Amino acid sequence: MLPLPLLFAGYSAPPGSWDEAVGTAGLRPAWDGLNEHLTTLGAEGLDHRQEQIRRLVRDNGVAYTANLAAEERQWRLDPLPVVLPEDEWQPLAKAVIQRARLLEAYLEDIYGPQSVVRTGVVHPGLILGHPQFLRPVHGIRVPGRLQTYAADLVRTPDGRWQVTTEHTQTPAGAGFALENRIVLSRALADLYRETAVERLAGFFMTLRSGLRALTPAHRDNPRIVLLTPGPAAETYFEHAFLARYLGLTLAEGADLTVRGDHVFLKTLGGLHPVDVILRRLGDDWCDPLELRGDSLLGIAGLVGAVRAGNVVIANALGTGAGEHLGLLARGPALCRHLLNEDLLLEAVPTTWGGADARAVLDPGSGDVLRPAHGVRAAPIRPGDLSESEAVTLAERICAAPQRWVAQTLPPTATVPVWTAEGLVARPSTLRVFATRDAQGRWQVMPGGLVRVADHEGASFERGGTKDLWVLADHPVQPVSLLTPASAPVRLLRGGVDLPSRVADNLFWTGRYAERLEDNARLLRSGLTRLADDPRATGPGLAAIAAMAVRLGIRPAKRTMAQLPEDLLALATAPHQDGSLPAVRRKLQQSGAAVRDRVSNDTWRIISRLDLDGAEAPDLAEAITHLDRLLVGLSALAGMGTENTTRGPAWRFLDLGRRLERAQFAIDLLRATFVDATNPVAAMEVALEIFDSSITYRTRYLTTLQQAPALDMLLVDQTNPRSVAFQVARLSEHLTALPADEDRALPTESERIVLRLRTSIDLTDATELCIPGREDDLSEHLDALARDLAACSDAITAHYLSHATARRSPAS
Amino acid sequence: MRYRVTHITTYQYHEPVAVSNNLVHLAPRQLPHQRVLEHSLQIAPEAVALHEHTDWFGNRAGTFAIERPHRQLIVTSRALIERSAPPAIEAGLTMAWERVAGAIGRVDPSLLDVVEFADESPLVPALPAFADYADDDFAPGRPILDTALAVMHRIYREFRYDSEATSVNTPVGEALARRHGVCQDFSLVLIGTLRARGLPARYVSGYLETIPPPGKPRMVGADATHAWAQVHVGDPSLGEDGWIDLDPTNDCIPGDSHLTVAYGRDFADVSPLKGMILGGGQAQVKVSVDVERQ
Repeated sequence: MLPLPLLFAGYSAPPGSWDEAVGTAGLRPAWDGLNEHLTTLGAEGLDHRQEQIRRLVRDNGVAYTANLAAEERQWRLDPLPVVLPEDEWQPLAKAVIQRARLLEAYLEDIYGPQSVVRTGVVHPGLILGHPQFLRPVHGIRVPGRLQTYAADLVRTPDGRWQVTTEHTQTPAGAGFALENRIVLSRALADLYRETAVERLAGFFMTLRSGLRALTPAHRDNPRIVLLTPGPAAETYFEHAFLARYLGLTLAEGADLTVRGDHVFLKTLGGLHPVDVILRRLGDDWCDPLELRGDSLLGIAGLVGAVRAGNVVIANALGTGAGEHLGLLARGPALCRHLLNEDLLLEAVPTTWGGADARAVLDPGSGDVLRPAHGVRAAPIRPGDLSESEAVTLAERICAAPQRWVAQTLPPTATVPVWTAEGLVARPSTLRVFATRDAQGRWQVMPGGLVRVADHEGASFERGGTKDLWVLADHPVQPVSLLTPASAPVRLLRGGVDLPSRVADNLFWTGRYAERLEDNARLLRSGLTRLADDPRATGPGLAAIAAMAVRLGIRPAKRTMAQLPEDLLALATAPHQDGSLPAVRRKLQQSGAAVRDRVSNDTWRIISRLDLDGAEAPDLAEAITHLDRLLVGLSALAGMGTENTTRGPAWRFLDLGRRLERAQFAIDLLRATFVDATNPVAAMEVALEIFDSSITYRTRYLTTLQQAPALDMLLVDQTNPRSVAFQVARLSEHLTALPADEDRALPTESERIVLRLRTSIDLTDATELCIPGREDDLSEHLDALARDLAACSDAITAHYLSHATARRSPAS
Repeated sequence: MRYRVTHITTYQYHEPVAVSNNLVHLAPRQLPHQRVLEHSLQIAPEAVALHEHTDWFGNRAGTFAIERPHRQLIVTSRALIERSAPPAIEAGLTMAWERVAGAIGRVDPSLLDVVEFADESPLVPALPAFADYADDDFAPGRPILDTALAVMHRIYREFRYDSEATSVNTPVGEALARRHGVCQDFSLVLIGTLRARGLPARYVSGYLETIPPPGKPRMVGADATHAWAQVHVGDPSLGEDGWIDLDPTNDCIPGDSHLTVAYGRDFADVSPLKGMILGGGQAQVKVSVDVERQ
């Protein structure tokens, strides 16, 4: 072996297995360009790139789960791509296409004549015993039963590719591969520009045109939605990302409804017909009527709409049955029977317990055991189990051997990964993707998702990832999905395609953003006063304590001596109701649910709030954090006013914000004008929180008095923090939102807002502040608070409710 | 024997229902010993998207939706059925139960359509308790129908019929452990016990003519939907392609007073009326069945 060039100088791949970068003759030729470039960059340069990648990944919100707390699920991307030359890639791509065609033919057969069973090519248990073989779907003819396909590949020591798993139901990962490419092409911009790397965008254009071609009625402008289980799904990031990239509407089951055998998207503007559904929801969850009755994620009647031929689902319902791992053993025979071809891409040796129970009860040494129906479950290595674990597993297998397979994996192939110790060899697998184009031909994405385990035997799910670069032997043309098509597009304004559920999440994003800001303002006033008055004896802090009680974030029975501790906890405690971290978490959750509706910059601000508010044990630090948090929040508010189109989406975001701010203001006014023992100190605090101190002083040039302060904070329409200002905005939004065309009377929410406006307009602050009329003032503010709460309920009921119930079967 | 069946299901909702989507298994099957002369479905309020299809098990399933607000749904199924008793089978002459289980395990080509009924199904999981139950009845070499009848007699002897004890949602394991239930539970226990030995068994939904006590008049609408089981005896020339009916609730092989509507792996495959609604709040359901001999 020749000495390895500089960057790879200390690199050693384990003997007896394949390594992507280094072979028996040293560095593989395809890696020369990468090596040269990275050697020039040096270790420091690579560290710097890695840091940049981490930041890009974090800013784009890439995660394998929507659960923001789970740090270990943070997406990891290595700065070195895996490089494959075109002449090695092409035969693999061809073989992958054959497997996709084979699975497509298999699925067509099992949902039709079932010749594979009748002729004995496969055991009926492989089909009928698979939970995703959906009996209600049998016999329904669909165009393109399999539209997307993915396979997990490993490499033998002599470089042959083998399949370990095939994905035919909701093949995930192509979006992650694209995101990896976007990040890496930015971090290694020079290298990427200089290298002829096959681009990925073309694959996604193919995916989109393939979906359009499925449209049942061949409408010019078909509506395609991406059906997701929702933000709790582990690949939700990808769903939102793909929906945005492909220009599809992201929909949850509750956003869709079946009427008269057709599927419709429920939007604020009414029901819009849906032609094609790109599905990321598991087979049996899709229709609670004909499939799993306990599914709250599906659409009742969906199977009926498919049966009527009015909607096409990609991949078709029931395609999960193609994922039975026992099928891998039948590949060559199936390929002969269904395609009359020899299989090009072999699978790792696999034995199904339903055909040979001994193979799974007493697997060969080094074999792994896998649940036959669970393509995502990590393989079990019997040798790694404790004695009691082994006994439990043996019992489970013995009870149902047909639910297990044994696989003989080759010695794990490795790839070079950049770590603190330099380049090290790590176990890897490759997921590749295929889709059918508008003519129904299969195309493979020229790239893939390389997954890396931290050490031999470790989980790939929890490890890192790498991009795969296929080096073209010809110059590559940059393509982008944003390139205008040749046909002119009708110009549109607005966009009423807003699903009600999205509107709901936008509404709450607005509310939580405002609540976070309001509480932060209150706490900053409190904490800065504590810096001068550590024992909380002054009247200003007493007013703040009363405000916190009115806002419901501090129990009324707490003493003033406990205030310093309480305020600090509200600013920093992660799991206390109403604390800043708790509200921030809710903001991020509702923000994550509308990830596809907000700009990248907006999402970046929302997700960054996480880091700025880290736990701060001492007062000075807490104040610094609050200042920074408030700057971030004004940036968020600025994105809302300056960078958001004035469509229904913006209106719901702003409705939430205005309602929250109005309710906060009323609570503060009640604390200031009704509860306070020292009204002057309380008004001072209130003006400060309302950002209105300077206006008051320039306007009245006098000491604080109740009537002018009340007027300014409640009635003055020119003050953007007054209640009147918020109510005026609410009124504008409600008027502008889509309404039933034949509606003559104002809605409940419009009526309430009208009442609020009148009541505020008619408020005479001087009258209400006459000593002795405290009860009238209190009653007036209480009435406004009640109406604001009722307004929020009315908006929810009118635009945002999705009550779904199930009827149990008749006995 | 000729029967007129009227099966009325009424749902009352506390709140208006905006939309409901429904799946019904109410049309009786055509069978060698059962001829369906007439069948009609009447739905109030008016249904849309009303379709019929043949399901995986060969039953005639119906789907429909109601897309305007309603507080009440009434589904009336009427049928005129001619039923005769299948010829009696000499239980002692059927093949040994192990031979049937063996043929199923090997996937004998003649039993291809039968194998799935030997597997567990959504409502009949492969519980260890099934393998322990009625072990004495599975003597080596015992003829399969003789064995199945013995298990049926045992369930009839050991189980208490109690319409209050279980609902359609009670897991079969609970009915087995407590030895009580209704016709659905009795049938699922019989099915699970047979399947635990690798034998194919399926679930039948239907009606049973009830004979009033001597001297009492027949009560209109007092009948109920009924359920029983079938075992496959391994020989397609016997019974209905090898399937023999067994009614563990009445401890008998059904004759000409059992009317078959649909069959499947368990109740979930043949639920008479299943629906998903939007809105509605609490619901009350009333089922009335009338089986009238012509």
